[in-house]
This record gives sequence, C-alpha cells and structure tokens, in this order.
Amino acid sequence: MTGYRVAVDLDLCQGHGVCENEAPEVFEVGADRKVVLLVERPGDEHRTAVEMAVRYCPTHALRLIED
Amino acid sequence: MTDTTTGPKPARSTDIPKVSGDDGGTGHLEELRVDPIGLMQRVRDECGDVGELRLADSDVVLLSGADANEVFFRASDDELDQAAAYPFMTPVFGEGVVFDATPEERRRALHNQSLRDKFMRGHAATITAEIDRMLAEWDDEGEIDLLDWTAELFIYTSTACLIGPKFREELDASVADLFHDLERGTDAIAFVDPYADIESFRRRDAARVALVERVEAIMAKRRAEGPPADGADRDLVDVLMSIKDPDGGEHFSSDVITGMFISMMFAGHHTTSTTASWFIIEMLRNPDVLATVTAEMDALADAGGGEITYQDLREVPWLEASIKETLRLHPPLILLLRLALGPVEVEGFTIPAGKLVGASPAVSNRLPEAFDDPDRFDPSRYVDPRQDDLDNPWNWIPFGAGRHRCVGAAFAMMQLKTIFCILLRDWELTAAQPPETYRNDHSKMVVQLAQPCRVRYRRRERG
Repeated sequence: MTGYRVAVDLDLCQGHGVCENEAPEVFEVGADRKVVLLVERPGDEHRTAVEMAVRYCPTHALRLIED
Repeated sequence: MTDTTTGPKPARSTDIPKVSGDDGGTGHLEELRVDPIGLMQRVRDECGDVGELRLADSDVVLLSGADANEVFFRASDDELDQAAAYPFMTPVFGEGVVFDATPEERRRALHNQSLRDKFMRGHAATITAEIDRMLAEWDDEGEIDLLDWTAELFIYTSTACLIGPKFREELDASVADLFHDLERGTDAIAFVDPYADIESFRRRDAARVALVERVEAIMAKRRAEGPPADGADRDLVDVLMSIKDPDGGEHFSSDVITGMFISMMFAGHHTTSTTASWFIIEMLRNPDVLATVTAEMDALADAGGGEITYQDLREVPWLEASIKETLRLHPPLILLLRLALGPVEVEGFTIPAGKLVGASPAVSNRLPEAFDDPDRFDPSRYVDPRQDDLDNPWNWIPFGAGRHRCVGAAFAMMQLKTIFCILLRDWELTAAQPPETYRNDHSKMVVQLAQPCRVRYRRRERG
C-alpha cells in the first residue's frame, strides 16, 4: 500500500490561501487566517494539486509525507 | 559589568561577549550610521553567534548563524517583541499606527486581505498596466536614475494594488519624493531621540504633513462627490470613509488614514525598489546571467503572444533565481530588531529582558558555512536540483523567517517578476557609470541606493 498525508506547521502559516486555490477540496483558509486541513489523506486524485500547494506555499508551511 | 560608560543597566551582568569599538559616548551608534554591515560582521568575527553592541542607552544582542537565528525567528511576541524595537518608525507612521499598537491590534492591522493569493492574479494585471505606463514615457533610448525611477514605479503599483486604482490616479511623482523623505527620516539617531532637531527628521515631519494634506484633499473631493453608486468603484479610501461614529461623523481622520496607508506601503516600497535596482545592477555586472534570463523572457514572449499570465510567472526559473540571489547579496533590510520582554536563552547565554535583540540578513545571507563562495552572484544556487534558500531556512533570510516572515514576500516576488518579464523582453539596459560604482547609502536605517545610479536603456529589436 502506498499513500501520503499532509502536514501543516501552523507557526508558519500566514493564511495566504495559495493551497486553497490549488486544492480547494483539501485546504480551507478560514476567517482566522490559518489553514484547515479538510482531509488528512486526500488520495491520489488530489495528489497533483496537493503537490502544487506544497510547492507554492509562500511560507513553506506544508509538507507532503509519503507513508 | 566592567564597562563604566554604558549608563544604567540591569544589575546582573551577563557574559555575552561585547564587540570592540565602543566609543565611550553613544557606543557603536556612529559606526552604525557609517558602516553598519562592517560593524555587524565584526560582531560575528569577534564574538561568534551571540555578541553585543551598544546604541546609546540600548544594548543590542546581535545573533547570527542558523541556531541563534532559529531562536530569534521562532520566538513569540511575548518573548521577543517588535513593538519598541523600531523607534525610528513611530514618527513616520504617526502615533497610534501599527508599531504603536498592541500585538493583537497589529495582527489585525497587518492582516491585509489584499495580499491573499486569490487577489494575486488581479494584481499581476494591475502591475503590468503600471509598468506599461512608465515605459510608454520612454523614448527609443535614454537614461534613468534607478532610485528615482523604481521609487516612482512602486508608489504606483503598491497604491493601485493595496489601496485601489482610483486612489493611485490621484498620485504623481511628487508623492514618491515625499515618500523618499519619509524613508530618509530613519537616521539611527532615533535610538537616542526620534524627534531630534536634525535636517532629515524635519524633512520627514514636513513630508508626513504634506501627505496628510494630499489625503485630506482626496477625501474632500470624495465627500463632494458622495459615495460611488457602483460598489465595484470603491477603493480603500471610500471604505474607510464609510465607517461612521455613532454621531454620524467619519470615524477615521485624514491623519489616521494617511498613517494607515504609510504603514501599509512602507514595508513594501523601499524594499522592492532597492531590490529591483540591485537586480538590474547585478544583470549589468553578470552579462552571462542576463543572457540566460533574457532568453527565458524571449521564450515566454514567443509562447504567450505578449501577455504575461500568472502561470507564466511561475515558470521563469532563472529570473526567479536571479531575484533570489539579488536578495541574498543585497537584502533591503540589513538588521531586524526585537525587544526582549523576558529572559531569552540562546546557545547557553541568557539575554535579559530590556535588551534589544537583532538578526542580520546582511551577515547571515553570506555565511561561508551555509553558502559556497558566498560573495559571488550565482543564481544556479536556486535552479533545480539546487535550493540553497530552502536548505538554509535560518540563514537565507532576506524576508526574515518563521512567524514574522515578510507577509508581502509572495506579492514582492510576483511584482518583481512581472516587471522584469516586460522590461527585459522589450528593453536593453547598459550601465551609464562603471558597474563597480553602484553602491548603497547606509547612513539611514532604511538602506537605499546611493546616487548617482544611472542606467541607459534602448528599445530591443526582436526578430
């Protein structure tokens, strides 16, 4: 079995919302301006979008962990 | 403490090493006003990761290196606070604006909605329109002063994006001159007295008064016109003017609104303008890199038919790497400061409450233990598979790091990439003075390019 999950460093998140634009079904940036992970294991159908979100997060607050 | 010249201090001594060169009067203040980077580098050379210098009655513990910087950047506002650390900013912003407010008020004030990603595509189009307007004034060839030209450009882009296009249309080059006087009004003498009777502070205060008058005139015009019928025509001035007190009067005065605008724009103005200028200078000093970046711009133009899209801006690795390398060698902020609110432990030293604590991008960005051949301009440090910036999160710090990492970093990168995509595609730039003579003026806390800093331009012939 292969899979991945997403880790967020909330100390670093500034709520820019890049991840939300890349993968709206996985990330939500609410009124308190911190990212909320909607699904911890988003699945392969969201993988490309999640990778873009990780890559373009302006504060490098997201990580994709293979497991 | 054996040093008898430092005035009243916490009774308990600490064994943080002190850098040489305390002049017995205001300490290292005069050196900071002449050669701040030399001073800060000497702290590292003599004292290591943790060393102390003195600015009149304020001790500054200067940290460098990954471990000490990590403590600095991970600290919360309760441990290391920005509020009182920048005494030279209060007269610029005005009382009660941003750095005078509590951490919570500051957080809210700095939560500038317009920096969110969903607005970036719109900002890219706005910036394209502004650079096109500036370039439309150019002849087929000519000469510009980098400081004046970039200062004016970024007044237009930042006001258009952050306040609104309607406000931007009320501005001209004279506003850039006033803003320049604010930026020049950041002499380190403010550590002794932010209101000292010196020329640069008098000009700073006069510029602020003039800016309030400009904003008041714009507000008077808006009052006469009444609120815009179409909500889409509202800019931030209209929004702030629509907030009323219980008695029906406007809640925010022109003085407070001006202060808000200055504080929103200040962090992004001289920083972006200085970075744009140094990018151009580094391109002139490194023609091979310029050729690579220009080829990238040409490929983009050939593929996209002239229009620069948001996605295009993500796919210009050499341009992006060259901007990053410019930021590493010429960080627009050379000293970041906090005030210790309680004892802070760093590498076995205890920094007592009341001391200023600093981290220096100018020093850390060039540490030989983090960066090969650190003084060399080498954008390949960030071209796949290399990523020296991400590999050194606590030493590659042109935007700071951690909790207080520059909230405008993504906006700044997008803005610089947009401008250079257009500029380098259509124009050829050459030095109008020996390339080694471009240098910074370090006499103020806000570092800016020293004049003259002239560059020639000529319209490019593309096949």
